[in-house]
Amino acid sequence: MHRPQLKNLQAEESQFQLRLLAAYMFMVLMFIVLIARFVWLQVFQHEHYSTLAQSNRISLVPILPNRGLIVDRNGVVLAQNYSAYTLELTPSKIDNLEKTITELSALVDIAPRDLKRFRKLLDESKGFEAIPLKVKLTDEEAARVAANGWRYPGVEVKARLFRDYPYKEMTSHVLGYIGRINQQDKDRLEDEEKTTNYRGTTYIGKTGLEAVYEDDLHGSVGFEEMETDSGGRAIRSLKRTPPVNGNTLKLALDIRLQEMADKLFGERRGALVAIDPSTGGVLAFLSKPGFDPSLFIDGIDNQTWAGLNGDWQKPLVNRALRGVYPPGSTFKPFISMAALESGVIGKTDIRPAPGSFYLPGSSHEFRDSKKAGNGMVNLSRAITVSSDTFFYRLAWEMGIDRIHPVVGQFGLGSRTGIDLDGEATGVLPSKQWKAKRFAKWGAQAGKWLPGDVVSIGIGQGYNAYTPLQMANATAIMANEGVVFKPHLVQEIVDTHTGKTRRVEAQPQRVLPFAKDNFAYIKQGMAGVLAPGGTAARIGAGLSYSMAGKTGTAQVVSIAQGQKYNAAALAEQKRDHSWFIAFAPVDKPRIAVAVIVENAGWGAATAGPIARALFDFYLTGKVPGDMGQFKTIPQEAPSTDAAPPD
Amino acid sequence: MQPHLIKRIWLVIREPLDAWLMLFLGLVFLLSLLVLYSASNQSFYKIDNKLIYTFLSLVIMWLLARARPQVVMNFAPPIYLFGLILLLLVHFKGITVNGSTRWLSIGVTRIQPSEIMKIALPMMLAWYFQKFELSIRWWHYGVGALLMIIPGALVLKQPDLGTATLIMAAGFFVLFFAGLSWKIIIGGIVAGAAALPIVWPLLHDYQRKRVLTLIDPMTDPLGAGYHIIQSMIAIGSGGPFGKGWLKGTQTHLDYIPERTTDFIFAVYSEEFGMIGNILLVVLYLLIISRGLMITARAPTLYGRLMAGSITLSFFVYAFVNMGMVSGILPVVGVPLPFVSYGGTATVTLFVGMGMLMGIANQRK
Repeated sequence: MHRPQLKNLQAEESQFQLRLLAAYMFMVLMFIVLIARFVWLQVFQHEHYSTLAQSNRISLVPILPNRGLIVDRNGVVLAQNYSAYTLELTPSKIDNLEKTITELSALVDIAPRDLKRFRKLLDESKGFEAIPLKVKLTDEEAARVAANGWRYPGVEVKARLFRDYPYKEMTSHVLGYIGRINQQDKDRLEDEEKTTNYRGTTYIGKTGLEAVYEDDLHGSVGFEEMETDSGGRAIRSLKRTPPVNGNTLKLALDIRLQEMADKLFGERRGALVAIDPSTGGVLAFLSKPGFDPSLFIDGIDNQTWAGLNGDWQKPLVNRALRGVYPPGSTFKPFISMAALESGVIGKTDIRPAPGSFYLPGSSHEFRDSKKAGNGMVNLSRAITVSSDTFFYRLAWEMGIDRIHPVVGQFGLGSRTGIDLDGEATGVLPSKQWKAKRFAKWGAQAGKWLPGDVVSIGIGQGYNAYTPLQMANATAIMANEGVVFKPHLVQEIVDTHTGKTRRVEAQPQRVLPFAKDNFAYIKQGMAGVLAPGGTAARIGAGLSYSMAGKTGTAQVVSIAQGQKYNAAALAEQKRDHSWFIAFAPVDKPRIAVAVIVENAGWGAATAGPIARALFDFYLTGKVPGDMGQFKTIPQEAPSTDAAPPD
Repeated sequence: MQPHLIKRIWLVIREPLDAWLMLFLGLVFLLSLLVLYSASNQSFYKIDNKLIYTFLSLVIMWLLARARPQVVMNFAPPIYLFGLILLLLVHFKGITVNGSTRWLSIGVTRIQPSEIMKIALPMMLAWYFQKFELSIRWWHYGVGALLMIIPGALVLKQPDLGTATLIMAAGFFVLFFAGLSWKIIIGGIVAGAAALPIVWPLLHDYQRKRVLTLIDPMTDPLGAGYHIIQSMIAIGSGGPFGKGWLKGTQTHLDYIPERTTDFIFAVYSEEFGMIGNILLVVLYLLIISRGLMITARAPTLYGRLMAGSITLSFFVYAFVNMGMVSGILPVVGVPLPFVSYGGTATVTLFVGMGMLMGIANQRK
């Protein structure tokens, strides 16, 4: 048997013993280090730690940062903080809660709503934290409670910072609101390892910009190292690390413009988004009706909540961001680009625009809004007069596969990426989309039918977009293809250093379409406001150039052979009034999309709002009588089948 | 007749146990009961439990002390493989708690396979080197390193930096006593230090936070630094002679986190002071000295390697725990040997002690 060479066992053995010794020395040395540490802590630092530990224990008291302000582009404050007294109860420290509340109501005026809110917060809390019974006490009430407070353990008057939104309803869908931190927020903060920075914090952004920019607005909690006696009473402050206040958000929004838009809407429902095409900054962002965000800050009582939630006007829905509507004829400029880019039509081609359109071999009548039709027109003119039959045929010739990729480049049917949560996607129909959407209904329902594309040509059918998407697409058209991401926040200002951080200032991309195609379509859109255009009345007396497109979105479809009669329809089934526009035409400074729900044809209601808004923004002109637009008849002229739009 | 029988039973029980180790362990155990009683607010519940699992552990220790190491050794490869399979199972089917997947559910209870590896890995390595005793070549260390890195990496992935370190350390000690070249050891340390900037970004956020917190606990006084600050206050305020048993204010006012488990040393140190600390360190050193003596006298290579690894691992437990509680090492989940409340780690330690005694009983 082969044997490896025998080792020198003697040497091996002594080497092993050497290693044992080395290990032993090392361990002894480490233990000496440890003992040195004990000597340091327990002999040399003993007094220091005794002070900390024995009669005076350190407690760390969080110091809350002030929440950052939100201002508009001119520095007008849209969200701020103010200090007020609250009457707070800590249920775990109170023996008889009901009795205490009854007795307190003799000192302070407690409304039934305050009580309802208190009970709701009580259900949600664990009883260890202070819950506000009444917020914003008057000085007199605060003094009365302070004088009698010693009788009630667990009852405190605290000065707290409150959030205030001076423009209330008008900015509710942009700013959102803050609310008390609930269990869900706590879990999330824990996951994100932010719990430390929320010690002692009561409020957190719940919706809108308040939620999206929470990290910037909140700032960092500071803390004070307090020496406290064994009873927990503070004796003196050892060290103070100041909080870092939240950053200021400076919006692209112009509150005067927003205010004007709000006034122009009056009591109507709908949405308006205005964008500066040269930056993507959102100048106005309105969803009507809004709600008072202050209702939510300290918890809302169930009754008020149910009232808001059940309101048929849906004030809590952000229509600009989440409302999806068929675009109606405002879709025509975008489908025109698809027609030009795919070569289905040339700029000089002239085609008939009759009163009706029939698919080959079908007797289904697609009607034009103008019974007699518009004669022979080119594409630009077809936009100007909004010929339905022209676009029915154009869409039919193109087919959906040539429409979808071009129109999609304008951002229609996809999220714009604006700095708000919960944006709706909308629908830019395609064969794949239909197959997927109706997959459950069987292959036949998911199959693309020849007629589907026809109504898409005039912005009906499966088309559905948000007002924000329409405004964004209009801005891209105005810009001749330069795409910015729409954004509300323009700058974030560090309150400590004063340094500003710009947000989204660079163009994202440029659409690969011919420049003269843009010019051609814009020319058609400018015609809309010129004599002979569908919105000629709105364009009258302009001191700058303006281009736009009216739209009327059907809410209910009209049966074959029937006539649209707005007066006979319940209000909520009437058409939505659309208008998209930008100005000045060659160097656009503002692009807008306006939708007024159930307000009839585009030129009637949405158009005048856009015009007045542009007058105000570009020339500073304030409409004399703010109510003037209400007098425009909302129903269609009785002479014709449907309103020309 | 009766006394004679009892005496005979006693002799059978006593025979495999190492008298010195039993004496030192007994003393540590007494201290542990005192401090545990104090830390659990003078309740007997945890004391009762501790007595039960300590008794069970003693039985296991006794069995191992009686067993011949040559026989136990033969179980090394299957136990090692079994441990590896369990670790892989943890990877695929483990139970996740607080973001770490460390446990396997087996019917009524759950087990932590990484705990098995603490013993299985050094056994495997000692078995391996014993097998090639007469012809150890450089590449045997390579294979050894591989045997060590596989379970180490699996545990590190859970993630469990503390246990992974302990397992790898136990393996490394075997390599060290098996004669791993000093050049490689020192080279490894230098390379390790050089690799820190590379490893740093690979660490989990919480691990990085712990290291940073160690450098300056006040950077995060309300969060990660809180434990260390509070335990340092407890230790420092204990002073040279301690506040006395049951008189630790920090302990009884709830300032010490996990005060019956990983941070129990802070409680002990507050009540028994520097004198108590030195006593405990000396007891640990005596256990280690006895362990090394057994190592030196072990007749087989397996015995030497195993005994050496067990003794050094025991040192690492004690040093890392006291080091972290007194703020010179980052906070990793390592219990204080034979003092902390908790079953699994205690069983592992007693298994080690049993094997050590078994090796001590081996004759040339």
